[in-house]
Amino acid sequence: MQPLRFATAGSVDDGKSTLIGRLLYDARAIQEDQLAAVERASLRRGGPQLDLSLLTDGLEAEREQGITIDVAYRYFATPRRKFIIADSPGHEQYTRNMATGASNADAIVLLVDVTKGLLPQTLRHLQIARLLGIRNAVAFVNKMDLVGYSQEAFERLNLSELTPIPGSALNGDMVVERGSGALSWYKGPTLLERLESLPATAETAAAGPFRFPVQLVAKPQGGSLRGYMGRIESGHILAGAEVTVLPSGRSTRVREILTHGARREIAVAGDSVTLVLADDIDLGRGDLIVDAHALPNETRSLGVTLVWLGAEPLRPGARYLVQQAARRVPARVDTDRGLHLNDIAAVRLSLFAPLFVDRYDAVRVTGSLILIDEATNQTVAAGLVQ
Amino acid sequence: MRADCPYDGTSIVAPTTAPIARATDHSSRRVSLLVRSVEDSMRRGTVRLQSESHSRNAAQSVTLLEAITELGFDAAIGGARRDEEKARAKERVFSVRDEFGQWDPRNQRPELWSLYNARVHPGQHVRVFPISNWTELDVWQYIARERLEVPSIYFAHRRAVVRRRGLIVPVTPLTPARAGETVEEISVRFRTVGDISCTCPVASSASSVEEILEETKTATLTERGATRMDDQTSEASMERRKKEGYF
Repeated sequence: MQPLRFATAGSVDDGKSTLIGRLLYDARAIQEDQLAAVERASLRRGGPQLDLSLLTDGLEAEREQGITIDVAYRYFATPRRKFIIADSPGHEQYTRNMATGASNADAIVLLVDVTKGLLPQTLRHLQIARLLGIRNAVAFVNKMDLVGYSQEAFERLNLSELTPIPGSALNGDMVVERGSGALSWYKGPTLLERLESLPATAETAAAGPFRFPVQLVAKPQGGSLRGYMGRIESGHILAGAEVTVLPSGRSTRVREILTHGARREIAVAGDSVTLVLADDIDLGRGDLIVDAHALPNETRSLGVTLVWLGAEPLRPGARYLVQQAARRVPARVDTDRGLHLNDIAAVRLSLFAPLFVDRYDAVRVTGSLILIDEATNQTVAAGLVQ
Repeated sequence: MRADCPYDGTSIVAPTTAPIARATDHSSRRVSLLVRSVEDSMRRGTVRLQSESHSRNAAQSVTLLEAITELGFDAAIGGARRDEEKARAKERVFSVRDEFGQWDPRNQRPELWSLYNARVHPGQHVRVFPISNWTELDVWQYIARERLEVPSIYFAHRRAVVRRRGLIVPVTPLTPARAGETVEEISVRFRTVGDISCTCPVASSASSVEEILEETKTATLTERGATRMDDQTSEASMERRKKEGYF
């Protein structure tokens, strides 16, 4: 079974770090020395009860303030599956770190405090997750112990389209174990059971059209031909297949597929390979080798959904650098209003040189881009091609 | 170096206090190994130890930053993994270091998809962690699958050690036994190789990759928890070292 990568989302104080700690603890994914460290730290903070949130809040500033600032990655495995957790911050000011954690996730676990319901910040996380193409969302309705495990309080939240799971991260109800029995009215799976059954999206890239961004050109040596190195980001390629090279638009055939100097007949999305082409074509880093019968769109005016991640707002009319796969092109954002941190807007980019794009939901690699401020070198926005 | 190395004269720099495995050049290309050692920094006066036997682990940051400046590197690739330690669990794959080699964990760049922003200003550099998302088990499964050569120190061998605060501490000329400690010779292996002044082996009889895989699957202590003396001085030992330029 493919490993599942999931991100967590929710508002501050919903108990997200506690839930992750509980998941790891009950799944026996915490080693003795980690537990001892958490016990020591819990005591120092005055609590007799084990503070499981201390397992994931790894920065000094986070432990001092009791909040999550940046995404922490955690790894655990059950007999059925390997998991990668991106434990993401809940504060609005750190939404960009949440987006970092969610961009590669197969699923998102939304934390909902039963006493507060779905809060605007959690909805915002859900919106970003959906924008990023995460189709599987699981709502864990936490702190059920505070409402006496009331079915009525749970149903009042009206979250049925998120197939919610009632539970208590603090007491360990419905996370890994079913818990004390106070939730006997709930017949669905525990959170871990749900996560074990979710599909990973990693396989879908192999079904897309062939896209190969060239990362490096291997110079011909001792009679060998020039090779183009990179990772297949979408689709598959067969030796002998017809391909088109962009931006030149010339078509040719794949003469050889090489990995570690050995020839292969086929390679698929995720494989890092060297391609040798039948014709001598001028091709460099940032160029694309694609399926000759399923070309991406060439454009200099690109409609994207932009998520603004920079602390400084967008300067309308200013020049930014667009990075798409291994290609960088200067561009202007055509809008007359400034975008601010966490704003999401549909805008048009005027590109100083053409890009070859697919829609984000069709091909990830050619449908996603970032904006870089050349003065600060900061990544200031993420863009999804519409 | 099994990868098809596209560069002529690729350099690997190993700032180190410990003997290191020489990279074997399996390809026909030239790969040179440049070693910069903490002793050089001590001679220059940029590293001063509290005492001869004091841990040299943190001092490696000084030597590393000196090597990066000396050789003018834009990027330094490391094998650190997020599952090793809680501060490392927070780090980006492409992690920016300022002019003084410092990491600012509160102000990391967004890093979406596999789109890595490697741009830095002159004087700054990036640390790059290609196996950031691997676990210790993943590493050994990969070694087994690809049949990689592994230095002998990772396999069980007999070694003089003392027991100190729950750790098995190797006895060497640099790290002698303290008064009252009993030196014993037992079968151990290193799960992680670092500065001998702060790195401990674990008791083990695993003499093959397959046996190490079994031990890794059933380990009850984390890799660093079982082996690192200096991570245990405070909750934030690693974070503080990393802010100063440690890998």
